[in-house]
This record gives sequence, structure tokens and C-alpha cells, in this order.
Amino acid sequence: MTLDKIKAGNSARITAIAGQGPLRRRLLDMGLTPRTIINVVKLAPMGDPMILALRGYELSIRKEDAGLIAVENIRETHE
Amino acid sequence: MTKTFALIGNQNSGKTTLFNRLTGSSQHVGNFPGVTVEKKSGLIRRHKEIELVDLPGIYSLSPYSSEEQVTLDFLIKEDVQCIVNIVDATNIERNLYLTLQILELGIPTVLALNMMDEVISCGNSIDVCKLEEALGIPVVPISASKNSGIDDLVDKMTETADSRKKPAKYDFCTGEVHRAIHSVAHIIEQAAVSKGIPVRFAASKIVEGDLKIFDDLGLTPAEIDIIGHITDEMEGLLGIDRESALADMRYVYIEKVCAESVARLCSTAQQQQTLKIDRWLTHRIFALPIFVGIMTLVFYLTFGLAGSFLSDAFSLLIEKIVLLTGDLMRAADVNMTIQSLVTDGILSGVGSVLSFLPTILILFFFLSVLEDTGYMARVAFVMDKLLRRIGLSGRSFVPMLIGFGCSVPAIMATRTLTSSRDRKMTIILIPFMSCSAKVPIYVLFTAAFFASGRALVMTALYFTGMLVAVLVGLVLKRFMYKGEPTPFIMELPAYRFPSPKSILLDIYGKAKDFVQRAFTIILLASVVIWLLQSFDFSFNRVDGGSTGMLAIIGSLIAPVFAPLGFGDWMSSTALITGLTAKEAVVSTFAVLTSSADNNMLIDSVRNIFTPLQAVSFMVFTLLYMPCVAALAAVRRELHSLAGASLIMLAQTTVAWIVAFMVYQTGMLLGF
Repeated sequence: MTLDKIKAGNSARITAIAGQGPLRRRLLDMGLTPRTIINVVKLAPMGDPMILALRGYELSIRKEDAGLIAVENIRETHE
Repeated sequence: MTKTFALIGNQNSGKTTLFNRLTGSSQHVGNFPGVTVEKKSGLIRRHKEIELVDLPGIYSLSPYSSEEQVTLDFLIKEDVQCIVNIVDATNIERNLYLTLQILELGIPTVLALNMMDEVISCGNSIDVCKLEEALGIPVVPISASKNSGIDDLVDKMTETADSRKKPAKYDFCTGEVHRAIHSVAHIIEQAAVSKGIPVRFAASKIVEGDLKIFDDLGLTPAEIDIIGHITDEMEGLLGIDRESALADMRYVYIEKVCAESVARLCSTAQQQQTLKIDRWLTHRIFALPIFVGIMTLVFYLTFGLAGSFLSDAFSLLIEKIVLLTGDLMRAADVNMTIQSLVTDGILSGVGSVLSFLPTILILFFFLSVLEDTGYMARVAFVMDKLLRRIGLSGRSFVPMLIGFGCSVPAIMATRTLTSSRDRKMTIILIPFMSCSAKVPIYVLFTAAFFASGRALVMTALYFTGMLVAVLVGLVLKRFMYKGEPTPFIMELPAYRFPSPKSILLDIYGKAKDFVQRAFTIILLASVVIWLLQSFDFSFNRVDGGSTGMLAIIGSLIAPVFAPLGFGDWMSSTALITGLTAKEAVVSTFAVLTSSADNNMLIDSVRNIFTPLQAVSFMVFTLLYMPCVAALAAVRRELHSLAGASLIMLAQTTVAWIVAFMVYQTGMLLGF
């Protein structure tokens, strides 16, 4: 299961981050590390990119890049 | 003896506000050597012997972006007495990630814990003492926007610098990673010390997989081999790769620290408000219409109401100055030629560009507000998918949009783009967004030939510009800027009310920039054009008209435009004058055809052009290189006159090709 498939309003726990180079480093630096819990807040009007909530802030990433992040589902969150 | 301090922190952490509080208006903007990264520095108030350098807003010290590289080089190579690390307390975990890396540098550091007012007002708290103990450096709670804690911060900074107190802790790793870093540190110690690179920092970077440090250290192949073994072994034992391992270690430590010192019972008022506002501003359906509404308002205020009032008032003022100067010179019996040089050359040329100033200032004001409130990030988020097609990101959208008003602020607005590749590409595409100075040209030609379908023709022109921009963008993406574009991983900061002082300082800085440019390159261009218009090749005085050097040069160039349908000397001459300011094209036609008023001008134009030729001409003016002010702006952003000139040439070539296609196709179709 990868992050790009998680629907808005749901949470997930990161298991691994694929990819390489600057993109991967950036994902890690911004706090998308293994075992981190993230919440998919919403998608942009055109369907891409997506907004994630983690570590107390909001991050916008493209679905393509989210596809590099392997996750496991957790229960839904209700705001 | 000036001391140098460095200010470093994440984007959106309030760094600029803090920098302004610390340095007041004694700021100097330049750029880091060799890269297009802006460098701001200023003297600290009441401590004028300290120079504070504002380093770029970064999230980490990886070797992957020029901002990070430049920061690292600066911290290692320059003699920095103290690092001020600003941290957003409402977002503390991610902010501390950079902090842990900075501590490894072994330079005296003070942590400025910003936005503490927001933390406290919602009932949360941070145990500063515990934090100090955990990080091994002094921590000063501040609120840059509320101007509190700043004096304490300055005192702490000077105290730390004077006592040369290095961070007490730099070892945040445990287990295998810890062992690996220590082993590597032993091996590289000598090399690092001799090269002046902090040992611990270099060791961490190596274990993390940063290959650039290897080059800087100049290790022997044997040493590199051993290090490779150490890191491979570490990875094997941990079961994950080294990059993840380091990032994980850091965040694990940060989580532990935060668990002990940060009491987060609820999100701050700002964060809650942000969620509410974003319900609309990034709404699946309403986000776009709302954005269109906001931008329409911005443009309306800039070019409509207040904007045009200020613009006209300013133009009037300039006019008065010109008249006054004329009178003074006549009274002083100044040589007629000099009078003409001053009035028709210098003042007229520079004045017409300066008359842009109110418009530009208002645009900057709005841009500043949109950026500082945090709305720009939302725009980038909403527009990203669209811009990805041409290899850019949503961040380029607003600069390009501003280009419809004026290329100059649009080009300056590209500074918000962190990737220099994106910046260059956006700068190349901006002039294809037809700026407002070209409107008089369209007005003239549509009045002469397409009076009834005017709106349609102008809309078609604007869309042609955008279409060409997209096509050129695709070409650039394919051939010139291949390779990975900078990833679009962008923080969405909480909405905040912008500080009026920051906005004013921002506008002041940009206005100063623009006026300086007006007085140099535009002055030069205006004088040159005046010279060419007022004299013939024997240096006899002529009076504009067909015998001046300019007209002769125009007729020499004219054949180039013949395939486009307007190979007459008047058109080419007008196009040349369009280089100082696009409105000059119209006034040049008026002068050359001796048209005293608008109607006469329209008649004259009808005599020179056929409708098809008019379309071709408009397409050319739409796309060819923008005015000298824009050239100067591009040069300033890219730090290269050669680069800027090349871009101008390329744009003119594109203009030629498109106008050629339009004209020839039209001829074939029998228009």
C-alpha cells in the first residue's frame, strides 16, 4: 500500500521510503520517516498534489512522489 | 573589528521578521558568490560591530540544493562567531531537525524559539530549561512579530560569541549509527582538521551517504574503502539504508526531547484558523474561483481605481518636472541640443519608465501580502498540476500571472522560487505574458482595422502569448532543462497576519532596486536612442524623421521583417524604440508619420499596413524581447548580462518565427 492511494481524511503509518537522491532526502528531511504517522488532509482541485498533516504541520506533495512511500493503514480520523 | 553572526532556520519560521528586528533598515542585499542565491546582511542594532548574515531558509544541510550548499560553505569557510538558529515553536519537531545538524558543526549557537506567543496563548508550554539541557545550547523564547524577547536574544548571542561556548552536545545517535559515526570520525580526523571541516559533522554526513564531503576531505582510497565497510556493516545490522537511519535517529531524539519539554495540549489558534480558512481556499470546487476573484481584485486595484490614480498623478508630476527643467534651461540659455538631450532624451526616457513605479509598488505590495500571509503556498498547491506539464511547479504561477501587468515585478517575484532551474525557466517565459505596456499598440491597431471585433482580437493575442509560453516551456523542458526538476515538496505554513514593517521594508527594497536600474541602464538606452534620433550620420542635427541615424538603422534592419509583412523602415524604427518602453512604439509611429492626433495616426497606420500585416505586427510585438527595464531585471536575477541578452535574442527569434507563420499562412489563405 502506498501513500498516494490513501483517501482524504485517513491516516497511515509509514513503513518505508523508496526512491533516491534529492527527492528521497527531502522526504526524509521533512519528517516522512519510517514509523511516522501521517494524515491525508485533502487533494487539490485538480486531484494532485495532496496535503499531508504530520509532526504538527502541513506538507504538500505530489501523488507521484507519494507513491514512493510505503504505508500501512490505520483507522480513519475525524476532524 | 567586525564579528560575523549567521541567522539560519526553516522557511516560514519568521526568520525575515527576526532579521528585520535585529538589523532595522541597515540591510544590504547581494548574492552568494557563484550562485543565484540571495545574501542579505545587516548590522545589529546597538551592536554595530556585529554583522548578521541571513542565510537561505532551509530544512536540512544536505548536499542537494544550492541553498543548502551555500549555507554549509558559508558556515564552514567563513569565521562565524555565533549561529542564531530560529525555530518555529508551533512546529518544533521538524524545525529541530536542522538544529541537530547545526550543532554538529561545533560553532557557538543560540536557539531563538520563535512564535512562543502563539504557543502560550492556547495553553501549551515549552520547558525551556529542559530544552537547553537536551540540546546543549542556550534557548531564548521570542516572538519576532510581537517584538518580544529580542533584547534577551541579542544579549545571549553576544554572550555566547564572547565566551566561545560551543554546543555542549552533538551526539544524538545511539547503537549502530553511533558506533559507525565514531569509527568514521577517527579515520577522517586528521584530514578534517587540516581542511578546517568540523570532524563530527563530516563523519555524520559520510555515514548519511553524503558523497560531496568525501571530495572536500581528500581522503585516500584506502580510507574511503574502510569507511565503506563501516557504513555497509551498519546498514546490514540495522536492516535499513544509511539515509533513513540518520534521519530516523535524529527524529527519534527529537521526539524524545519534545516528549519531555513540550506540552502540546491543542493546536494553536493560528493552526485552527488555518484549517477553517483552508476549507475554502483549497476547497475542491471553490478554490479556483476564489483565486480568480482575488487576482482580479488585485489587478483591478493596481490598474483600475487607486492604481491608475496614483499612476496618473505620478506621470503628471514627472511631466511638471520636465516642463520646469525645460523652462530653466531656456532661461539659462542652454545650448538647444543639450536642452533636447535633457528633455527629449533623458527625462522623457527615464520618466516614462519611472511612471511605472506606482504600478510596480502596488503590485509588490499585494505580492508581499499574499506571500507573507501564506496564501501563495496555497496558490502553488492548487496550480501545480497545470504547471507540471511544462516542467515547472505551482510556485511559478503567480510570477507569470503578474507578467500580465508588468514583466519587471514578475521577474523580481521569481526570487521566491527556490530552484534556480525553475527560476530561469520562469524568467524566460514571463515576457510571453503580454504586459500592460503593449496594450496601447493593440489599441491602435485594433482601432484601425478591427474596431468591431476589438475584444476578440485582444483576447486572441493574450491567448497566443500563453500558448507560445507553453510551447516554449515544453521545448525548454525537453532540450535544455532535462533532468530532475526540483521536487515539489512544500510546506503549507499557518496563515498569519503580515507585519506591516516587513512589507514596507520589502517594497522599499524593491523600489530602490527598480529606481537604481531606471537610472542606469534605461538612462543609457534613452540617451542612445535620442542620439540616434536627433542626428544623422554626419552628426548634423535633424529633428526625428527619416534622415536621423535611427531611421537609417531602421531601414537597414527593415528587410529582416519583410517576410513578416512589415518590412518598411517606420515599423522597424518603431520596434527599436520599443526597446526602451513598449508604449514608445505608438509614439514613434506618431512622430514618423507626423500625425498630430489619434485619428490622423489611425489613418496613417491604415496606409502603411494591411489588416493581415497589422495582425503579424501585433503578434511580433506581443512576443519579442521586452523593454530594457525587463532586461535589467533579468540581468539582476541571473547575474549575467550575457545570459539576459541571450534570452532576449531567443525571445525575439521566437517572435519572428511565430509572426512569420502567421503572415505566410494568412497570405496563403488569401487574407
